[in-house]
Amino acid sequence: MTVIIETMIILFLLLGVFLTLVAAFGVIRLPDVYTRNHAASKSATLGVMFILLSCFLYFYLIEGHFSSRVLLGIAFIFITAPVGGHLISRAAYHSGVKLWGKSVRDDLKNKK
Amino acid sequence: MLVIAMQVSLVLITIAMLGFIYRLIKGPTVPDRIVALDAIGINLVAMIAVLSMLFRTYVFLDVILLLGILSFIGTTAFSKFLEKGEIIENDRNH
Repeated sequence: MTVIIETMIILFLLLGVFLTLVAAFGVIRLPDVYTRNHAASKSATLGVMFILLSCFLYFYLIEGHFSSRVLLGIAFIFITAPVGGHLISRAAYHSGVKLWGKSVRDDLKNKK
Repeated sequence: MLVIAMQVSLVLITIAMLGFIYRLIKGPTVPDRIVALDAIGINLVAMIAVLSMLFRTYVFLDVILLLGILSFIGTTAFSKFLEKGEIIENDRNH
């Protein structure tokens, strides 16, 4: 039983770390603000949610302490991180940051 | 086994954070730097979770929620400043 629990915790931890590394790689490699924001706000959020889930499982199943704050943190990050990404991207568009040179369409340009 | 996995993941989170710091320093525009700061705040939450597992204590778990809230407020204030030029508007008529 302990082996199953430890395997589950390690699996969630390494999955979260992998997604965080993917987010960092995307933020380094991608060409403009919008694609970088896409990588950072999706992948980093899911990675942190996996790591917090593994933290909750560790304290609940091994230490025997039910931590409602970590569950609340997961819910809060799940709600607010996409909103933050949307706000940054909108502010970037309205303050005049250009799209990548090879982008093919810009639906927001004719909306004004 | 558990401790080794935690140490390895702490090192890998540090490497990811170095990538975000690279974008924070080099980023050509201001929104790039805001994206990097937001991701650094989110990553710090993960780092505190792994550290509190490593230290086997649950007194740091308040910090997770606090950092999530502060990072969101900072991002909102920065992007509102970029879009409108001020954060709190005193004009009531629009």
